[in-house]
Amino acid sequence: MYDGKLIIPGLIVFVALMTFPIWKNMGNAGPVPKLEKPKGVTKCVESVQYMRTSHMKVLDDWRDQVLREGNRTPVEVEGVKYDRSLMNGCMKCHTEKKKFCDECHTYTSVKPYCWDCHYVPKETF
Amino acid sequence: MDIKRRQFLKIAGLSTIAGLGAPAAFNLLLKGESSPVSFASSGAGAEVSHDAAPTGVRLGMVVDQRVFDANQGLAQKCITACHLVHNVPNFGNPKDEIKWIFGVPYEKAFPTMSHYHRDEHLHNSRFLVFCNHCDNPPCVRACPTKATFKRKDGIVAMDYHRCIGCRFCMAACPYGMRSFNWRDPRPFIDKATYNKEFPTRMRGVVEKCNFCVERLVKGLQPACVEACGSSGAMVFGDLNDSHSEISKVLKENFTIQRKASLGTLPSVFYIV
Repeated sequence: MYDGKLIIPGLIVFVALMTFPIWKNMGNAGPVPKLEKPKGVTKCVESVQYMRTSHMKVLDDWRDQVLREGNRTPVEVEGVKYDRSLMNGCMKCHTEKKKFCDECHTYTSVKPYCWDCHYVPKETF
Repeated sequence: MDIKRRQFLKIAGLSTIAGLGAPAAFNLLLKGESSPVSFASSGAGAEVSHDAAPTGVRLGMVVDQRVFDANQGLAQKCITACHLVHNVPNFGNPKDEIKWIFGVPYEKAFPTMSHYHRDEHLHNSRFLVFCNHCDNPPCVRACPTKATFKRKDGIVAMDYHRCIGCRFCMAACPYGMRSFNWRDPRPFIDKATYNKEFPTRMRGVVEKCNFCVERLVKGLQPACVEACGSSGAMVFGDLNDSHSEISKVLKENFTIQRKASLGTLPSVFYIV
């Protein structure tokens, strides 16, 4: 190889620079969002673990039940009734979108488009 | 055996024709008829008879034009009530306009009716038109994503999450009762009157009247019917229930439907 002594170190420097962000943040996922519970309520419609992993499934199921099957009977947990609705259900307790939605979605780099149509409580659009 | 190229090609060609043609010919001759086209997957029934199946609930509406003619301004009240409840944007521009319910002259509402020597009062009447919630809805059949569908109670509803904005339903609807969001509607909704219980739509989806499903479950009447108050200009109810108010009104009055000859079986009736 001609000019090997230039090309090979050059390549090494290039690869090192390009992968710099990866190994700089190795083993470090950034500050984990601090969870905050809504005040005055202790129980959600499902267990914490289920909601953490599958709240989007709950929302999808509710949407199909409400729109297609016409089933709008509220979900009852410990005597409290919750509408099968994002705006009129979830957001009645989890009032602040910034805290309850955005923080984790930003952290996990998820961009749901709920708020293109649904009303954001408190925040103005 | 000696076979020439010419002979080989002849045999190969004939075999191909026989191979392709035989199954088709067998199918035609053995079955005798082609299978009827099925629309079962679309959710809309394939029945095209003018008597809809009288089973279950079928929600419908009667619009009494005599009351609207006597009471100018009532129609506008209905339109405003509907558009406020459903966060319908006002673009201030007829090209982008979103309409769930609106007024049109007689010849636009009923183009298939005779207009020769028309009744005097029909010249100035403006008829309220909105989704007919057809019993045989062509929009439902056209929708490739099942974003629009017919509910068990006869309401032709929409799931805006699923709408991909292809506008096939708009082409399929013979009444032009669907509107497309060419622009983001949010900035054009009056913030002062925003209904926080009902979502808005986003750019690129089709929308239309939903017979106020979200109000019906609360035991309320549709917003336009409520706006009419006790005037009886609009009557809402179950067409299949012979004791309902709407059935009584239909029994006692001569009513017409929009483009009934198309066989879409509209659930909205007009007393002219």
